Amino acid sequence: MSTNREDKKQKRKEQIMQGALELFASKGFYSTTIPDIAISLKMSVGNMYNYFKSKDILAEEIIKFISAYLGKELQRINEKDISTKEKTRAIVAIYFEVAMTKPEMIDYFLRIYLSNREIFRDNCAGMICVNEFVTEVMIYFEEGVKSGELRDQDFFSAFGLFMGYLGGMVFLKGEHILPRELDEYVDDISFNIYKALSV
Amino acid sequence: MKILWLSAITCNGNAHSFLNYPYLERFLDDFEFIYHPIIDSLYTIEEVISTNIECDILILEGAISFEFNKIDIPIFNIIERYSKIVRKIVTVGSCATFGGIFRDGEYKDTTGLHFNKDIKLTRFANLYKNSISISGCPVHPEILVNTLYAIKSTMNIELDEFLRPKEFFAYTVHNGCTRNEYFEYKVDNHIFGKKEGCMFYEHGCQAPYTNGSCNKILWNEVNSKTRAGVPCMGCTQPDFPKQNLFETKKNMGIPQHLPLGVNKRTYLTLAGITKAFNIKRLEEDIF
Repeated sequence: MSTNREDKKQKRKEQIMQGALELFASKGFYSTTIPDIAISLKMSVGNMYNYFKSKDILAEEIIKFISAYLGKELQRINEKDISTKEKTRAIVAIYFEVAMTKPEMIDYFLRIYLSNREIFRDNCAGMICVNEFVTEVMIYFEEGVKSGELRDQDFFSAFGLFMGYLGGMVFLKGEHILPRELDEYVDDISFNIYKALSV
Repeated sequence: MKILWLSAITCNGNAHSFLNYPYLERFLDDFEFIYHPIIDSLYTIEEVISTNIECDILILEGAISFEFNKIDIPIFNIIERYSKIVRKIVTVGSCATFGGIFRDGEYKDTTGLHFNKDIKLTRFANLYKNSISISGCPVHPEILVNTLYAIKSTMNIELDEFLRPKEFFAYTVHNGCTRNEYFEYKVDNHIFGKKEGCMFYEHGCQAPYTNGSCNKILWNEVNSKTRAGVPCMGCTQPDFPKQNLFETKKNMGIPQHLPLGVNKRTYLTLAGITKAFNIKRLEEDIF
């Protein structure tokens, strides 16, 4: 297959994932069918199956897609020559920015990936499908400890504090409980996280 | 072929290790010591130091310092004199090569012959081209003997940046480790002396970033540290000895030192995948 055709197919796959993401966010994972997704994209159901053989495979590909997207954003921050304090703020800011501009992504992560583990049990064991994102979080922690800014501790204690906090805020926003926009919380939340994790 | 075994600031561990070579009698048919601190020799140390005795190889054991004398003669002078007589100079052990543990001793400016840890020294720069390092604490007798035979046969010996024969030091000690399956799937749960478990993740094993052949050329032809259930302590490396040898230094769960040449991002990606295997067979004790 020529590179051009491969690129085109990849682009189409991403369009399908984006369309599916929006439908999952509005209708829920179990209420959304492959024909629903095909109709929303003006595709035939048969053609849809050329790209994704089942809804479970589509679900797995979507979480990998989100992980890769967020991972790349975090990698850009990790590669900057800035302090861990500044990186902490940058990570909080980008996470909330994604939650505001692409709410379906974070929503999928929180409401489908984390809440419906049975879908992901077979092919997404452990953290395989969110590896790119988790790897960057690990690098952020490791470099923070190495630079003497962060306290050395169990990875999951730190990971839960950081990501649980961010996820919780996005969840509250999704439930229309937060009185302000997410980006207005960046300073306070990055201050709290840094203070909690620092030596 | 005649050898002078010259001891400097040393515990004599290399001289003793050499005695474990299983075919010593055959070796002594081909080589002769004009002086060795333990084996009966042709000359006494006084004779060796007071006169120039013909020989082909100078073996230096132990670290050196300008303050260190042997029978009132500075070791530096003895090395200079004999380096003009011999064909090759071989530093045996990590002290003679890098300074080792005696760098922290009482003699001032204690170093190896050509290196102070990983810093190349210029004091004996004219001897680089005739020198070979065989690091280790102690030296592996078979590697020493094989190198001496290679010198005898005048074959070309390719060396690494620390003048160590690539044949024995281009690989890591991880190469040939019988615990590789545990390493691959990131299963540590090791207890010292047990056959199961990798010791890299928790127990300080330095084999994946230590140059040597311990798991290919076994000690006493039967064993190695890792096979016996003890972590590799990195004894062939310029920074030996380190501290906390039985503990893996980690930052938020990530080993501070990764296997040689491995990119951190790639390592973590791979680690995330392999951990997901969760193989029960490897988690359980076999005996």
